[in-house]
Amino acid sequence: MGTRSTTQDSSLTLVANSPTQFDVIVVGGGNAALCAALAARKLTPSVLLLERAPAHMRGGNTRHTRNIRCASVGNGDRSQEYRVEEFLDDLIGVTGGPANLDLAKFAIQQSQSLPQWMSEHGILWQPPLAGTLHLGRTNRWFLGGGKSLVNAYYDALARMGIAVRYDADVVDLLIEDGEFRAVTLKIGDDHEAIRGRAVVVAAGGFEANIEWLKRYWGDAADNFLVRGTPYNDGTMLANLITKDAKQIGDPKAFHAIAVDGRAPKFDGGIVTRLDSIPFGVVVNRFGQRFYDEGEDIWPKRYAIWGRLIAEQPEQIAYSIVDAKTIRCFLPPVYKPYQADSLEDLAGLLKLEAAPFLETIQNFNRATAGNLESTLERLDGVKTRGLTPPKSNWALPIDRAPFYGLPLRPGITFTYMGVEVDSNARVIQSGGRPFSNVYAAGEIMSGNILTKGYLAGFGLTIGSVFGRLAGKEAASHAGR
Amino acid sequence: MPDDDLVGEASRQLTICNACRYCEGYCPVFPAIEIRREFEKGDVFLLANLCHDCRACYYACMYSPPHEFAVNIPQILSEVRLESYKAWSWPSLLAGSFRDIRKGMILAGLSIGVILALALTLLVPAKLFAVHHGPGAFYAVVPFLVMLLPALALTVYGGAVWVIGGIRFWKDTQGELPCPVGFRVLAQTAGDILNLKWLRGGGRGCNYPNAQASQARRFYHSLVYYGFLSAAVSTTLAAIYQDILHRLPPYPLTSAPVLFGGFGGIAIVIGVAGLVVIKTTSDREPAHSQSLGLDYLFLIILGLTALSGMLTLLFRESSAMGIILTLHLALVAALFITVPYGKLVHALYRSLAILRHHLEQSQPNRSARGH
Repeated sequence: MGTRSTTQDSSLTLVANSPTQFDVIVVGGGNAALCAALAARKLTPSVLLLERAPAHMRGGNTRHTRNIRCASVGNGDRSQEYRVEEFLDDLIGVTGGPANLDLAKFAIQQSQSLPQWMSEHGILWQPPLAGTLHLGRTNRWFLGGGKSLVNAYYDALARMGIAVRYDADVVDLLIEDGEFRAVTLKIGDDHEAIRGRAVVVAAGGFEANIEWLKRYWGDAADNFLVRGTPYNDGTMLANLITKDAKQIGDPKAFHAIAVDGRAPKFDGGIVTRLDSIPFGVVVNRFGQRFYDEGEDIWPKRYAIWGRLIAEQPEQIAYSIVDAKTIRCFLPPVYKPYQADSLEDLAGLLKLEAAPFLETIQNFNRATAGNLESTLERLDGVKTRGLTPPKSNWALPIDRAPFYGLPLRPGITFTYMGVEVDSNARVIQSGGRPFSNVYAAGEIMSGNILTKGYLAGFGLTIGSVFGRLAGKEAASHAGR
Repeated sequence: MPDDDLVGEASRQLTICNACRYCEGYCPVFPAIEIRREFEKGDVFLLANLCHDCRACYYACMYSPPHEFAVNIPQILSEVRLESYKAWSWPSLLAGSFRDIRKGMILAGLSIGVILALALTLLVPAKLFAVHHGPGAFYAVVPFLVMLLPALALTVYGGAVWVIGGIRFWKDTQGELPCPVGFRVLAQTAGDILNLKWLRGGGRGCNYPNAQASQARRFYHSLVYYGFLSAAVSTTLAAIYQDILHRLPPYPLTSAPVLFGGFGGIAIVIGVAGLVVIKTTSDREPAHSQSLGLDYLFLIILGLTALSGMLTLLFRESSAMGIILTLHLALVAALFITVPYGKLVHALYRSLAILRHHLEQSQPNRSARGH
């Protein structure tokens, strides 16, 4: 797991020698950690944030975000309101039900107050980005995207006098009798201990740790692309589990989407995602279709394709579209493979031609021809007598040139984490919470997310539980 | 970077922006990116001139270096701008100074040197160093026609180069001018230009001189801009006084030409000083060093011109007036000569780019997504 914990003895020596103590130590540097630090600062001036990344990579996966899902009353405009009940229904519909319903309800309830709180801490807003269907009402968009949000929060930290250390590689939490005492940082070959009265662990999931993923996925994990920060290797999650924190969530559960197979192994972010899937068909490396590409509107389905491709042979698939639809989706960052015939396209994609052509022919025959079709809604233009079907936007692939886009699973973040109580305190395997260990963000998202994903909800969880954990940690430290 | 590589590299980065779009709310460059799917030379040139170098996108970008995508839009578009200035200016020998700051410095230095040398050889020393009073005092040192004719010639020449440049801009950026251009588009364009609207950056000013948003650049640029306009008003008023009202300069301190000229001169000097200071302290990462050189060259000539103009006003009653006036006129001449080959061209091309932008955005079927 990449964790090199120091022995208890040497940790104690370090702690005894440590000249520094903070009321609240926040381990992590993304949205949840930043919210925790800001909330803690309201109650105590003694707050330290430890960001493992160097300054230019600060912010964890938050760097790549662009909106946050919030319930709202729509300023009295009924058509713009996003009621708490509807939010919960959306969550249950997409994920099949949260692990802890009370925590999910709490997150949704609290989400209403987030936009104002964020504004107060320097976040600027903008209208929904063009080309993002259906998210205008449910999600709020911050100006400039996640890195701007991260910059604004770090500026707020500086204004409020919150100590920040970059390149702060926390390798161990010293916990005695269920009580946190200090963090241990690795600095070169040395270790440094910093004492704290309470700790908030907001250090992300383990999605960037391919070896850890392999335990559940086998060698398939070698073909996963990690969309976000390479620093989320789960060191803190592993450390908490060795300290008897209670694990929660399916280790194979994650938020993963289809990304271009040519994307970087880490940190490719938003630009490598492909929105072409509903406009054509998707085949695996044997040239066969394997899932209904038109099952539902794209914002409700984009998040299932990572896992679908992860389960295909060699974790690769190909989105095939034709001249009719190539300009219908957001322009991809890598040039699609292009050929004047489907045979040639199969050659370019290194697919065996015969089964691929048969798949396309069968698909085309099952369509009702080139009807009017629009992605703005479920248009009911579907295949007949085909397995798997395509339930909407089923236009034949028949107009040259033809295009192919290689797809790989792009992991955004993992869900398995540590269980928390309603105060964001981490629970021990026996069921009792640690007295002063709190968790927020991805590392505890498994308390709510089980499978599937709702766009912008990761930041909601991070912000709500970050604020809660920071506040609770600070008030514990003040006792 | 050579021309083709430069456009190719800009195109690569802009393709990443088009797949991302997080910066859409910052400035008109991003909405203009989004109505395109490919970035040919004309597109890249247009976008480069639409960019005001506010740098908001640079600090917001998760793909900025050292990320392997290495996106640095302010820097690459700064370099493309120079390339576009060079492509649109005429003749090519002088246009080369956009890509080689030494040529620009030689041009400016030669202008000042030759004019000063001519002045000192041709002007009558007794008049140059004498104290002059009353109407026509300036013309006692430098005769009116000697001032007027070169200035007229340079204005006509510079105007011609700009007109050619403007036409080339429009052709290269594949523009068709719908006739008539709607009032709304004109009003939006004029508003953006007069306000220096896009120096507001992401809303709180440019990220200049560093990551923190600040109104400093917009403030100092406004001083230079309105100071420049004020000086132009002063010159026009002086012409009216002289040719229509038949009153010869120098004019009283409380007269309109002196008031406008005085405000203009002070505003330019302060604005130039402010811009030079924030440029010297600005973050080099999103900057393009050659562009910075071009900025400095223009600012220094403009600043010295304004300063010498102010000194002429201050010392116009003394025996130093003649030499200061001569120096001032030499600087004015250098400014005029270098206008078509220096930083001031941004006023032309950025204005046209803003007009193109509003025209594009007013087209009903502007989406490149096809639905």
